Amino acid sequence: MHFNLTDEQRALSDMVQRFLAQEYAFDARRKILRSPEGWSREVWGKLGEMGLLALQVPEEQGGMAPATVETLLTLGAMGKALVVEPYLSSAVLGTALVRELGTPSQREALLPALATGERIAVPAHGEAGARYDLSRVATSARRGGAGWVLTGRKAVVLHAPAADLLLVTARTSGAPDAEAGLSVFAVPTGSPGVKLIPYPTIDGQRAADVELAGVALPGDALLGQEGQAFEGLSAAFDLGVAALCAEAVGVLQATLDATTEYTRTRKQFGVPIARFQALQHRMADMLMHVEQARSMSFLAAMHAASTDAKERRRAVSAAKVTVGQACRYVGQQAVQLHGGMGVTDELAVSHCFKRLLAIELSLGDTEHHLERFITESK
Amino acid sequence: MDLTFTPEEQRFRDEVRAFLDASLPAPMRHKVLEGLHVPPEDTVEWQRILFRKGWGGPNWPTEFGGTGWDPVRQFIFEEECAAAGTPRLLPFGLKMVGPVIQRFGNAAQHARFLPRILSGEDWWCQGYSEPESGSDLASLRTLAVRQGDHYLVNGQKTWITLAQHADWIFCLVRTDRTGKAQAGISFLLIDMRTPGVTVRPITMLDGGHEVNEVWFEDVKVPVENRVGEENKGWTYAKFLLGHERANIAGIGGSKRELIRLKRIAAEERKHGRPLAEDPHFAARLAQVEIDLMALEITNLRVLSAEAEKRAPGPEASLLKIKGTEIQQALTELMVQAVGPYALPFRIEALSDGFAGPPVGPGYAATLAATYCNMRKASIYGGSNEIQKNIITQMILGL
Repeated sequence: MHFNLTDEQRALSDMVQRFLAQEYAFDARRKILRSPEGWSREVWGKLGEMGLLALQVPEEQGGMAPATVETLLTLGAMGKALVVEPYLSSAVLGTALVRELGTPSQREALLPALATGERIAVPAHGEAGARYDLSRVATSARRGGAGWVLTGRKAVVLHAPAADLLLVTARTSGAPDAEAGLSVFAVPTGSPGVKLIPYPTIDGQRAADVELAGVALPGDALLGQEGQAFEGLSAAFDLGVAALCAEAVGVLQATLDATTEYTRTRKQFGVPIARFQALQHRMADMLMHVEQARSMSFLAAMHAASTDAKERRRAVSAAKVTVGQACRYVGQQAVQLHGGMGVTDELAVSHCFKRLLAIELSLGDTEHHLERFITESK
Repeated sequence: MDLTFTPEEQRFRDEVRAFLDASLPAPMRHKVLEGLHVPPEDTVEWQRILFRKGWGGPNWPTEFGGTGWDPVRQFIFEEECAAAGTPRLLPFGLKMVGPVIQRFGNAAQHARFLPRILSGEDWWCQGYSEPESGSDLASLRTLAVRQGDHYLVNGQKTWITLAQHADWIFCLVRTDRTGKAQAGISFLLIDMRTPGVTVRPITMLDGGHEVNEVWFEDVKVPVENRVGEENKGWTYAKFLLGHERANIAGIGGSKRELIRLKRIAAEERKHGRPLAEDPHFAARLAQVEIDLMALEITNLRVLSAEAEKRAPGPEASLLKIKGTEIQQALTELMVQAVGPYALPFRIEALSDGFAGPPVGPGYAATLAATYCNMRKASIYGGSNEIQKNIITQMILGL
């Protein structure tokens, strides 16, 4: 067993960190957040040039998959910089969905453009009332003419306003929560009947609710086989959770670093507040949360591409539980130890806090993954 | 021992409830119960409504125009107000500077300042913290130099809640730099319209504007605006902090939010069933409810000791810590309850009358912002770490 990176992996990690340190400092990020689109096409283009958008694209389509470790290193660096571009949504989740579910010709048609960043494809899966159940989908797809007609509403679709293509989960048959009967359709955002209600999220990303009012699609909009999407969806989302955990570790480390730095410089009662044992122990607890989260992000990474679905789900859920708990503790304590400064918009710590909250609530919260871990352990 | 309210106290509760039913305007109630932004006009209007009823000073003695209610009646009043969804009365005049002026001010100050607090004419804010003086408040450096019949004030205060609406600020200022830090502080009342006073907003993590920096540049403050003796301000500040903490448990507000949480949990679905029936969630909700029950009794014990003429003591720190922990736990559970729909953040949706297209259930729109905002509760009014220091030193004698 070893936890060492190869030279190539280390070089990639250094490159991403250098790039973000130069182009994505706190003030640059703030400018991006306040821009009308809320993300930077320029940064996105550069991520593409560096090959980072191709990590989940198979070699046949010009990518480097499987590059799980590289994906996680990239996301760790992005976590540190609080990157808001649709990396996880498109370069990981969207790309993995097309790869897992698409026919060879669909992969050929879609993946090369995703690999360069020319196109952005994000999953549109969640629905009101479904909470985090992966199989609970009410949006329906019926055959109509030579193709399909989609009707329904998708909730909190991250980065939908940035996307060219929505990968919409829809029910082609079965009960409202059945795994069988789920299908995924590639829906251009400009299609007649698709309406976005866009908004920012609490952590400064962009998202939308998506109304699908009888959206007519050609036959080949269906990714792969009708009604057979669940396993591929589950695999793609588990990879997404592993990637999200890696991002979280980056945010967590940045949050802890900011806190130790602040308490070393902030003086009260004539000494740096880092000298107070009550606060030292709090930071020791934060560090333990960060390290446990890091370990579990490695475990999730090792199992993310596993073909043993049960073992994969168990590992990924265990990681998300550990990470979610770390997000909660480290985020709250970091704000507390910053005192009044922690609840302002001025320092990075409140931005980290909000991202940690959003991570906790994304792709299944702690309770959801605790339950899934119990189920998969039976 | 009797843990129930007396028949007189019950009748009092009924009287308060009937008054609130009749007098609290529905739009105000709506904003409070839905967790929406309560504009300053509502706060002032509610103070005026109470004033007209003769209840403008629920915590003040009758000699200063207050109701003369004992601590238990004050508690009942606050609890009923919270349950009904009244705007929060501004604590800065009623609970902070008011009692200080009553106790340590002179007759002219009584006549000049107290009636205008009751009537809602003056909006006060609190000038204590400074950038370098937070938990270590006594190290404050805003300087007041005596020049004939006035002080010349220079310095900077920070975290001044709602200073953007204030007519007056009460300030701790340094009048002596020689001896022990605590011994050189005075308590000044400063008109916010005095030349040299500048208010600068601080943007909070939820995008809101609640707190400010207040800068003083050669601000002339008449000596008659000093409360009590020069260099005795620390004594008055400590008196005030005790009063602030005695009311910080927020039992009534937490009870109201618990009811709201239960309503949300009944609406939300998990695996197709009401979230309220989910054993994990139900257990967490029950735990908060039990903590709140315990804190209510603890609070009543403190109040009953206070009613026997013992001033609020260090046990107020316990109320502050547990009270804010419960307030924060409730906001956490509300976020958890709505799951993914906690993420959308439309700042306009935090105010009443937002007419944009709905996203998720209406109650979800404010929850994440409130969760973020309420992180302040364990920081303000003496951080919970400072409260624990008080408990270890003053109660445990360590």
